[in-house]
Amino acid sequence: MKRFVYELSESWKIALAQMRSNKTRSTLTALGVIIGIVAVTLMGTAIAGIQVGFDKSMAIFGDDVLYVSQWPWKPVDDWWNYRDRKKIKTEYAEPINRIIAATPNSNLVIAVPTSSLLRSVKYGQSEVSNVLIRGTVSDYLITSTFDFSEGRFFNEVESRGGANVCVIGYDVADALFPSENPIEKSVLINGQPFKVIGVISRQGTFLGLFSLDSIVVMPLPAFQKYFSAKSKSDILVKVKDKKRLAEARDELTGVMRRVRGLPPEKKDDFSINEQQALKSTLDPIKNSIAIAGLFITGLSLFVGAIGIMNITFVSVKERTREIGTRKALGARRRTILLQFLIESTSLCLLGGMIGLGIAYLMCSGIGKAFPSFPVRFSLSLVLVSMAVSILTGLFSGFAPAWSASRLDPVAALRYE
Amino acid sequence: MGQMSDHLVIDIENITKDYVMGEEIVHALRGVSLQIRRNEYIAIMGPSGSGKSTLMNMLGCLDTPSSGRYEFNGRDVSAMTDDELASIRNREIGFVFQTFNLLPRADSLRNVELPLIYAGIDSETRWERAATVLREVGLGDRLHHKPNELSGGQRQRVAIARALVNNPSIILADEPTGNLDSKTGEEIMVLFENLYQRGHTIILVTHEGDIAQHARRTVRLRDGLIESDDGGFDDIGMLPIEGPLEATYT
Repeated sequence: MKRFVYELSESWKIALAQMRSNKTRSTLTALGVIIGIVAVTLMGTAIAGIQVGFDKSMAIFGDDVLYVSQWPWKPVDDWWNYRDRKKIKTEYAEPINRIIAATPNSNLVIAVPTSSLLRSVKYGQSEVSNVLIRGTVSDYLITSTFDFSEGRFFNEVESRGGANVCVIGYDVADALFPSENPIEKSVLINGQPFKVIGVISRQGTFLGLFSLDSIVVMPLPAFQKYFSAKSKSDILVKVKDKKRLAEARDELTGVMRRVRGLPPEKKDDFSINEQQALKSTLDPIKNSIAIAGLFITGLSLFVGAIGIMNITFVSVKERTREIGTRKALGARRRTILLQFLIESTSLCLLGGMIGLGIAYLMCSGIGKAFPSFPVRFSLSLVLVSMAVSILTGLFSGFAPAWSASRLDPVAALRYE
Repeated sequence: MGQMSDHLVIDIENITKDYVMGEEIVHALRGVSLQIRRNEYIAIMGPSGSGKSTLMNMLGCLDTPSSGRYEFNGRDVSAMTDDELASIRNREIGFVFQTFNLLPRADSLRNVELPLIYAGIDSETRWERAATVLREVGLGDRLHHKPNELSGGQRQRVAIARALVNNPSIILADEPTGNLDSKTGEEIMVLFENLYQRGHTIILVTHEGDIAQHARRTVRLRDGLIESDDGGFDDIGMLPIEGPLEATYT
């Protein structure tokens, strides 16, 4: 054991001396690892960034809200069983709320109806198309998580009365009112004027696919008056305790069956969705993107590793006589193996540290230039990169180190 | 001398060594028996191709014989594994090479301490012992010089210090003066003589007669066999006084 420690420290000294005396060669070889580590690390930060964005997008749905919808949020194989389902009606909210109120110790808090479709929104000469128009009630705020940068949400009176008022998302406000305050202005939707009473603060995008800020929310009666035809409705139900989501789900299923008047032998003709279900649908996609990304960038690291392997083979060849001398002086196979493994590993570790430094600078540069671009640099990333560097060194050094340790001392001493 | 010198350090009986060179089998050693006692000073001579180098590799435990028996200090070496041989080389044999074989980027002290690292000795003791042997070979003022800052003779002294540092049973010198001018070579031979006088066992492999004549016993090889051995182990206590056959090799 003691001998192992002495041999180890001796090997470190040799490795450092070797790198110092072959500066150009070591630098060029390390370059391969540097590039590899930069690529892998940047990919890692991008994946971490995507994860954060993903979680943020998921948070929009709320982890304590159940969605009663016509269809499930995940792909199904037997779509024909779902095809003929009846639409969800906003009127269901009322009986659901009545049942919740009548149930002691209910796991549900409140049901909120929503109904949506896409329309363009106009103001003066400006127009934004494909805006999500949503009708709902004032209790919508209980199930959703957004703030207002200007103004307010509509109150219960406006909600019930179906006043022609609306709140608009950041993108809509930005496009229609670039230099004005939108509050108290009237926007035209389907030719109908709606008075803007609030602007929702910026929400960002959902997985980078579509903007969550391209939205107009108005009282449900007003929405139904003008847009009910092709709209799609859901009932949002807030849960009391998100740790007991499954129970809440079962309770809501029972409530919905009562509302729809389903006899016991009939299957559910509606779906109760939740954030988790969507997550489990999207997670595999996200993971395969991550794996593919890491695999491709990993290839560049692999090329770097081959460079290290090559240079270690050259080093073994050049120092064959030295290996012979060391063996004559009593170095065992393990000692020689260790020496060359440490040489290749320290080269990789050096490359890894430089690469990590470069990746860090690039990350903070990207972060400054494009604040919305998802990059995350973390301590665990540093540790993983270091571990990957060391593993790369061990991997690439093993074959040459093994061949060095197997050298016949007589032949090695005679080698010219 | 005395009773310690009766102890056999090397006991070789009828060893052979065959090499496969392409299609041919080369019989480098065809049955060599040799016994070397403690505190002998022996020269192994022979022209190239005589099996001299092969015998030296056997004696140095760098190689194992194809057949025959080799006992080193009473232990059978012929069947040892690579790592066991490495341990014997480390503790029992001090190598001195024609080309010195020092680590170019290490100073004298680090070169000399190398065998002690492989022996698992702590750094303080290593440095102490390395400095001591370097002083013994007259390099007390060159401890931190690297090989390229030393003359050929000084380099060979570092190599001899390295051979001595583990206090080995034998010192095996392969043409130790081959890369030195004759004056420096003589100085190295004086050093070997001193070591011999202080009780070391020295095996000198050379083809130069005037180097071999420093030894007390000469073994000549030819075609893989011992041709002559002027210091038979029977009368080791009465070593030959005159230098052996100096006229033959000039």
